[in-house]
Amino acid sequence: MTTYIARRLLQMLIVLIMITLLVFFVMRLMPGDPLIIYIARSGNLENMSFDQIEQLRIQYGLDKPLMVQYFNWVTGVFRGDFGESIIYKQKVGRLLKERFPVTLNLGIPALIVSSILGILAGIIAAIWRGKWPDKVVTPLSYIGLTIPVFWLGILMIYTFGLKLHWLPISGYTSPFKDFALSMRQLVMPVICISIFGIAANARQMRSSMLEVIRQDYIRTAWSKGLSHRIVILKHALKNSVIPVITLIGFGVGIIFGGDVLVETVFAIPGIGFLATMSILSSDYIVVQSITLLISVVILISNLMVDLSYVWLDPRIRYG
Amino acid sequence: MGDNVTVVDFSETPPKVNEFRRFLRVFFARGMVAFGLVVLVLMIIAAGFANWLAPYDPLQTDFSSSLSQPSSIHLLGTDNVGRDTLSRLLYGARTALIVGFVTVFSGAIIGITLGLLAGHFGGIINMFIMRAMDALMCFPMIMLALLISAVLGGGMKNVIIALSFASVPVYARVVNGLTLSIRENDYIMAERAMGSSNIRIIFGHILPNSFAPIIVLITLGLGNIILSEAGLSFLGIGISAPQAAWGSMVSNGYKYLLTNPILSFAPGLAIMLVVFAFNLVGDGLRDALDPRLRGFL
Repeated sequence: MTTYIARRLLQMLIVLIMITLLVFFVMRLMPGDPLIIYIARSGNLENMSFDQIEQLRIQYGLDKPLMVQYFNWVTGVFRGDFGESIIYKQKVGRLLKERFPVTLNLGIPALIVSSILGILAGIIAAIWRGKWPDKVVTPLSYIGLTIPVFWLGILMIYTFGLKLHWLPISGYTSPFKDFALSMRQLVMPVICISIFGIAANARQMRSSMLEVIRQDYIRTAWSKGLSHRIVILKHALKNSVIPVITLIGFGVGIIFGGDVLVETVFAIPGIGFLATMSILSSDYIVVQSITLLISVVILISNLMVDLSYVWLDPRIRYG
Repeated sequence: MGDNVTVVDFSETPPKVNEFRRFLRVFFARGMVAFGLVVLVLMIIAAGFANWLAPYDPLQTDFSSSLSQPSSIHLLGTDNVGRDTLSRLLYGARTALIVGFVTVFSGAIIGITLGLLAGHFGGIINMFIMRAMDALMCFPMIMLALLISAVLGGGMKNVIIALSFASVPVYARVVNGLTLSIRENDYIMAERAMGSSNIRIIFGHILPNSFAPIIVLITLGLGNIILSEAGLSFLGIGISAPQAAWGSMVSNGYKYLLTNPILSFAPGLAIMLVVFAFNLVGDGLRDALDPRLRGFL
């Protein structure tokens, strides 16, 4: 068990290093001199002499070998210093500290909703296999997997916002400022972000539940005369939920991916919206930092999934 | 030698099954698969014959009839600069299919090669390749594509490069797993004993044996790529106007949601139908090609 965790942590460290290498070098492989682009963006390339540019190059450490630059960047990131945004004219670290909670306020409810609803729908479809609940859940899960989230957002804005006037069509309010409005604004974005997860979890839950129900120990539980609820919720659920947990771990990545689109549709000022805006205005440092942040969160959630596996499945613990 | 030796009668061969007919039967067992195929065929026709089918030039602007409602002249109306929505929808099918196929095949070829190399040679090569794939897997596909398009810029070619790059790790992982299990077979050891080269073992035995799962992955991947391309184009980072792409059509129509909802409803529905169809066909193929189900289905 300890060796497993140690090996996993070591692997994670290697992956982390690779992530930083990737993010750093994708940006550096950009055609053109990053410094010249930077200066041109800030609008005073014309009135700068060659010497001034070279001086700036030394100031930003861009005259050093690439590996040294990489090392400086990584150590900076660990100190929370991501660099400075050329559009927002402030430290990227501060920008992220402002925007990331907004994204979490969308992502965490979405993760909870997609897990609970997905598992419930899957169990229902499995228990009533071939009956009407299954015939409703299964096609719906297909739709959930294939609907473009931004389009679902637009459909909902049209129906519930513009036509029925039930919910505000866009925007974000902190729950600490106006709780009721904040909740009303969150309903549609959270549904959008979680729809894929609900569908994926429901499908996985259905098939693994069907597999577990066939096992001998479930038949034993039935024949002991245990009630329907106890057999399903106590005996079958425990084993069939393990593959779903992996999927929930993957769900973190899917939620971030959907988040970028949904924040743009609903004009929510989280990191997804920030990423899109920064790309459109070529604020590379911000894009780089957000990509790094998201991938590290996903890496950690993958590690947590693996560790929870050890806890849930004794075959791995002793294997 | 005792009496307890059971004699196995090899003369009795198992009933001959026509593999192709079995494939068709299992493949079409889900009724929806036929629906998926029909959608795909229609989509391919739309994409291939867009220049004949489209009533108007998809790029032709006509400010005198901008934002017109669906009518007999413009079946699905026109957008804000008077381009015919139906024509753009048909050309959009072409864009989606080209991006889908080119991306999936380039991503698959790179991913499969990496997976084969990692699985076959093992050791440090395996460690390096697979950890790099783990690292790539930590980026949501759209984030990775965003990062790459940030560097390269938008446009069809760059979207294809970005999404191919993002789809490599899935293939590498699956093929790596398959290679690791296939190479333990006795016939691989026999090949090795006969002195076969690595290339022969990899391309003559391991690759053909992992074909079925790869085909399923590719089919499902096509839907996924089309969805991601639509997402990128929606954000304005992928394929943008005037070129017809469904994602940017949805985004453009979004501004006129109250007056002309069809401008974003129609292309969104097209995206969903196509992705839906690829998923249905992919699932059908998975059932029909999975050797573990042979004898049951």
